[in-house]
Amino acid sequence: MHVVIIGAGEVGTSIAASLASDHEVVVVDVDPDRAEQLKYELDVLTIAGDGTTSEIQTAADVGRADMVIACTDNDQTNLVACGTAKTLGEGFTIARVKSTDFLRTWEGNEGAFGVDFMVCTDLLTAENIVRVIGLPAAIDVDPFASGLVQMAEFEIAEGSPVAGQTVSEADRFESLTFVGLFRDGEMTIPRGDTGIAVGDRAVVIGSPESVQSFATDVAPETTPDRADEIVVVGGSEIGYQTARLLEERDFKPRLIERDADRARWLAENLPKTVVMEHDATDTEFLSREHVDDADILVTALRSDEKNLLVSVLAKRLGVDRVIAVVDSPDYVTVFEEIGIDIAINPRTVTAEEITRFTYESVAENIAVLENDQAEVLELELTEGCGLTGRPISEIVAESDARFVIGAITRNHKLVTPRGDTVLQAGDHVILLAESDAIGKITSMA
Amino acid sequence: MSWGVNWKASVGLLGVGIKYLAVTMLVPLVVALAYGEDIWVFLVSMALVAAVGFAVERVDPDPDLGPREALLFVSLAWLAAAVIGTVPYLLAGYGTASTVGLHTGSFGALAGGIVNALFESMSGFTTTGATVLGEISTDRHSHALMMWRQLTQWLGGMGIIVLMIAILPEVAVNGAQLMESEAPGPELQKLTPKIAETARALWLIYFGFTVLYIAILYGLHLVGMAPNMDLFNAVAHGFTTLPTGGFSPEADSIAAFSAAVQWVVIPFMVVAGVNFALFWHVLRGEAEVMLKNAEFRAYAGALAVVTALLAVVLFRGAAPAIELGGATQGVAENSLRQAAFQIGSLLNSTGYATADFAQWDTHAQVILLFAMFIGGSAGSTGGGVKIVRWLIVGKAIRRELFTSAHPDVVQPIRLSGSVVDEDAIRGIMAFTLLYVVLFALSAVFISLDTARIGEQLTVLEAISASLATIGNIGPGFGRLGPFGNYEFFSNASKLLMIFLMWVGRLEIVPVLAVFISAIDTR
Repeated sequence: MHVVIIGAGEVGTSIAASLASDHEVVVVDVDPDRAEQLKYELDVLTIAGDGTTSEIQTAADVGRADMVIACTDNDQTNLVACGTAKTLGEGFTIARVKSTDFLRTWEGNEGAFGVDFMVCTDLLTAENIVRVIGLPAAIDVDPFASGLVQMAEFEIAEGSPVAGQTVSEADRFESLTFVGLFRDGEMTIPRGDTGIAVGDRAVVIGSPESVQSFATDVAPETTPDRADEIVVVGGSEIGYQTARLLEERDFKPRLIERDADRARWLAENLPKTVVMEHDATDTEFLSREHVDDADILVTALRSDEKNLLVSVLAKRLGVDRVIAVVDSPDYVTVFEEIGIDIAINPRTVTAEEITRFTYESVAENIAVLENDQAEVLELELTEGCGLTGRPISEIVAESDARFVIGAITRNHKLVTPRGDTVLQAGDHVILLAESDAIGKITSMA
Repeated sequence: MSWGVNWKASVGLLGVGIKYLAVTMLVPLVVALAYGEDIWVFLVSMALVAAVGFAVERVDPDPDLGPREALLFVSLAWLAAAVIGTVPYLLAGYGTASTVGLHTGSFGALAGGIVNALFESMSGFTTTGATVLGEISTDRHSHALMMWRQLTQWLGGMGIIVLMIAILPEVAVNGAQLMESEAPGPELQKLTPKIAETARALWLIYFGFTVLYIAILYGLHLVGMAPNMDLFNAVAHGFTTLPTGGFSPEADSIAAFSAAVQWVVIPFMVVAGVNFALFWHVLRGEAEVMLKNAEFRAYAGALAVVTALLAVVLFRGAAPAIELGGATQGVAENSLRQAAFQIGSLLNSTGYATADFAQWDTHAQVILLFAMFIGGSAGSTGGGVKIVRWLIVGKAIRRELFTSAHPDVVQPIRLSGSVVDEDAIRGIMAFTLLYVVLFALSAVFISLDTARIGEQLTVLEAISASLATIGNIGPGFGRLGPFGNYEFFSNASKLLMIFLMWVGRLEIVPVLAVFISAIDTR
């Protein structure tokens, strides 16, 4: 597949990195130094220039491209780049935007701006945060098969009832599959007799209800509750979208924003949120408003340093769970090491969302786990592909690729996979596979 | 003296309006012809008014209004309408014992007659309904004059400026600004891109309701359920119900009619207190806009609660057996009808009555006084503070209390789901305070001035004299009750009340803003 990526920032680079091994990738960036640098980092062709112009796009061979991904930091640039690409060829265009207004326009008329798929970074991040809030014990949650199936990753904490059990003991839910276990950063495919230890990270795929029940098993004390106190710090677009989505889910969050005009705007647009205008690093203010009583605190300020400071303060004051938005992917580990419960990086989220479109048409949806060691993906099976017509146990035995089928949806109904389940054309299969095995599996489907 | 405004432009445009006011006198003229009455009163009035209109128009033949000129124009337009409206009263009363006629005997008689005529005319155009017309009957005054009195209320109801915008292109140019100054309520609702179309839509709805109402009233007469409601009365009451006016050519107001008529009048009085823009939405098939409107819900709620309260009080015997209205103690239908009618009439400032509530027990009168404070909806024809202002004042107070405990909380005030601008809230607070202050000072002045001429007002009378005029309600309590009148006041008190009716109809600010800019020309 010939893929043109416009914008070699963190998102572009991350997408390029995950595509470079299997595809022909051309990266365009306006900064010549960046283009030069990337040429050595990744096995891709780089072009320095304005990616919105026909001239540069022709040089990148957009006319022949199967996919054009516009992921610069500027919404308008991305939209124009996609529009230009549509004049040159038939490639599938993906635009990254920050503004939800563009997303709304596009949703109302798909194909607007010459964009075939639009990813809204901030909204996506907020959706991620809200999913994590909804499943507090989970480190990562992703929806599949339009919400029929959920993938969740849990860390087994000290004192969890699941610690010390075997996988078959822990997996007592009908529609839940234990698909992966990470211990000390290494992935293992769990068997029925694999033991679960404190500090392990378990990946499960199943119906949202069973995932929820499993969460209650893993961490009974952190079961989410509508009465829980949620505080969002920072009224950035991510903070705003997070509060908005929380409102949609019947929570009544509090939002702290320092800027008076922005606070006013937020208060006007978030009718069920209590908006407070103050500097969130003021400890006197935090204790006056009893922020320490909060069950969940989300930091969505514009700088990583501030997010770090507020997260640490909140942890010190005694907030149960702190979720931090971290702009720079390099700091994600730092945040998690000093005790912030979850660090979410908008760029990683965006890159994941865009990458899921690159597995041609068979892969519909994807989630990247544990620094790219494994991925969870959703495949729609076509007539006559290598996976249909045989029981699952046979496929697994024949293939040397390491993967686990977590869930199947057939006619919008969940089917729990067993060894003797026979896959059919039209099924959606949600599976976890090691990153190296992805290519093989998508070629079979 | 420049007054900081181009007054010539305002006055010039005024001429256009006065000219057309002459045309409206065709209605009483037709009535005079129908009843074989003296047509010269209205022919002379028309000629006089048209001449004044053409003359005034020449002050500035091509008027161009800025914001201040618009305020001045709107203020002057209502004053001018009231002055013009006195002409038929003065002419018709010339040489008779009429309290509103032109009397040339002495300066005192001349001034008294003119002030009375101006009071009656201002009370008409501002849809107040307070009267100084000694004896109300068509035997005493001509049918034509009584119809003119009714017509002034109908013209003033939806607003004379709105009417001008609707039909006169030269006024429509500055329409939005003018309508903003005249329309009751804190802000102008534009229904269509063109202001003239908005004005036309509002007037058409108003006109449509009036026609429907007259048809129902006259229909009742034809089927024999309303013996006194002849065509003259049906039209006369049609002219004063939808504008929340309150004038009636019958001395006994609506008490002169059957219970069936009274039940018909109630819903139309209620309709008159609703924002007419909401009917526009209903006509476009968007009934939910009306049902979800916070002000409409509060209006309906207030009517229901206060009516229920009064009905219970009346049922328990707060209304002594009096000549009009009949017994209510232990009579459920009459208690409910009297309560619904009086509240429907006073809450939104109409001023009709089916019972002499001035003779009710004090606790029942206090309920009525409370209802008078509420007022109609913004964009209705009703007067008073307006429901929407009370809603916002209430919400603002609640926010004050909440933010004193949580000083950092930013809490916009919402109405029907949308945020109310902070400037608008400040304006509403200022208006409400100004209204209360003006009302209180006027009550003091009126009672002192009345004592000066050797009369004593009761507390309820003093309060209601001030409230009934600034709120464009009409009847008050005691001697100012629905079957009493305002004639015994001194000229000074009457002039103050004329002023209160004037500023009350325009919601104080346009008139006072003109005064302020006149004093402070920096």
